[in-house]
Amino acid sequence: MAELKILERQAGDITVLDMEGRITIGEGSVALRSAVRRLLEEGKKNILLNLAGVGYIDSSGIGELVSSYTAINKEGGQLKLLSLTQKLQDLLTITKLLTVFDAYDTEADALSNFK
Amino acid sequence: MTEQTTRLVLPSHIEAVADAAAAVADFVKSCGLNEQAAFGVDMAVREAVTNAMVHGNQEDETKSVEVVSSCLENAVEIEISDQGEGFDPTSVPDPTDPANILKTSGRGIFLIRNFMDEVEWFARPEGGTTLRMVKRF
Repeated sequence: MAELKILERQAGDITVLDMEGRITIGEGSVALRSAVRRLLEEGKKNILLNLAGVGYIDSSGIGELVSSYTAINKEGGQLKLLSLTQKLQDLLTITKLLTVFDAYDTEADALSNFK
Repeated sequence: MTEQTTRLVLPSHIEAVADAAAAVADFVKSCGLNEQAAFGVDMAVREAVTNAMVHGNQEDETKSVEVVSSCLENAVEIEISDQGEGFDPTSVPDPTDPANILKTSGRGIFLIRNFMDEVEWFARPEGGTTLRMVKRF
């Protein structure tokens, strides 16, 4: 079974990636990177990562979130995060990345905050 | 408590990180560590073993990583040893500094220090580096 399963759907001009599994060094981080890079190549620059199903993330996975954020910003798009688990929220708090990422509890809130 | 110390020797490939984490997780549970503390230990072990394989052994599969876990009276102690050239942990910049916040790497050691109560690295006389870390109950 894949370490990270990613399902893609559209909500207007926003692409939502529903993620399930682990974002860790190796397969999980690569899967996230590939998905985001592919969307950017397709011109889809507004991306919402639904992390409700992500039970574990390591420093490599955190680095991949940062890399995605930077790549999307560079293209003039926006990356937002949805439904962080408590553990992921704690990790992003410890690393001070909650000051960088826009994170939301509900999809409606997240979608309405894309410009 | 059924065992006091366990030793695991792993080849330097990333797939073995999960094996190390699973083995240590089972062991620390048998030591009586609670779930929240066990999560921190799991996180630290994954980061430390990854560092040992990637930065220590440069993913050279002829080099191994040794993980020794011990139940102490009120703590668990984990030692992770590589066969690399060694490094200076003070040379790793603070990843929470605004200048480094958007860097895509460099958070592993920060997380290890955050989740464990004691953390120290030392160079072994015969070569290689050992990371010793302790989580108290």
